[in-house]
Amino acid sequence: MSLYDWLLFLHVLAAFAVVAAVVVFTYVILAGRAVALPSDAVRLFRFSRIGDVLVNVGMVGVLVLGIWLAIDADEYQLWDGWIIAAFVLWAVFAELGRRLGKIYNAARDRARELAARGDDAASPELRAMIRSRAGLLLQIASIVVLLAFLVDMIYKPGA
Amino acid sequence: MSVLAALRPDSWDFPLLLHVLGAAILVGALLTAGAAQLVGWRESAPAAALTWARITFFALLAIAIPAWILMRVAGQWIASEEGFEGENVPTWVEIGYVTADPGGGLILIATVLAGFGLRRLRARGRATSGLSRAAGAVTLILLLAYLVTVWAMTTKPS
Repeated sequence: MSLYDWLLFLHVLAAFAVVAAVVVFTYVILAGRAVALPSDAVRLFRFSRIGDVLVNVGMVGVLVLGIWLAIDADEYQLWDGWIIAAFVLWAVFAELGRRLGKIYNAARDRARELAARGDDAASPELRAMIRSRAGLLLQIASIVVLLAFLVDMIYKPGA
Repeated sequence: MSVLAALRPDSWDFPLLLHVLGAAILVGALLTAGAAQLVGWRESAPAAALTWARITFFALLAIAIPAWILMRVAGQWIASEEGFEGENVPTWVEIGYVTADPGGGLILIATVLAGFGLRRLRARGRATSGLSRAAGAVTLILLLAYLVTVWAMTTKPS
């Protein structure tokens, strides 16, 4: 097996890790809409840490291995249109993730605070934070960007 | 082979997109279902067990099964476009069949186990469910098999 094959495998694996993270986050966001108690919310957010690890490792892997692949393969150049589009989509996805993290980390911290105080009654404030409309829209935008990324990688427009 | 992949006809792009999308979502769903059982392994509260069992069941039912169908149907579409039929099936495609088809059966079994596990937890208020844990274990084994498949699909060993 050539170096290119290994790079491609690891690049695809990293992309799968990012998709897996999006599946985990989408699940947490949708399931969170039915959560009423702080202890349940804390549990759900604990689960989302798996997504944090996957998305961080996956995003770095996709970028580094993608650049390495483009350098290694004679038929691709880093300045090809579809590769520049991939860089832009990567940056947009990262920014969406940062904003999503801000919204849901605040909800997680509030849930922890309530649970640590022993206040495990349904909290309208926490419920509103978890059911954030902005959070849901950002998550939908992340999914759209990820799909665009996949389309770009498969169709390679201009290659 | 990689150059050949880069030069594939445009008509294969759409089924390939659906196949890869289905496979990636499937891996995400299996990871979600299996990880829920791992994360909740040491918790002893019935409410916690219910949360983890619910995640395992719904990740399998609502995400893994539709993703598996998308991955498998789109995979067959590409295989027929490429003429991979009868004797003309390369090793890497065979690896795909070997993991995908029994994998589909195992996903169904894991979903049924997770469903019964969830029902028992709801009815009896227990803190653990062997059925949910078994479902989680099956999904993690499947996940390993699908990682091998991803390796075969990308590196195309023949």
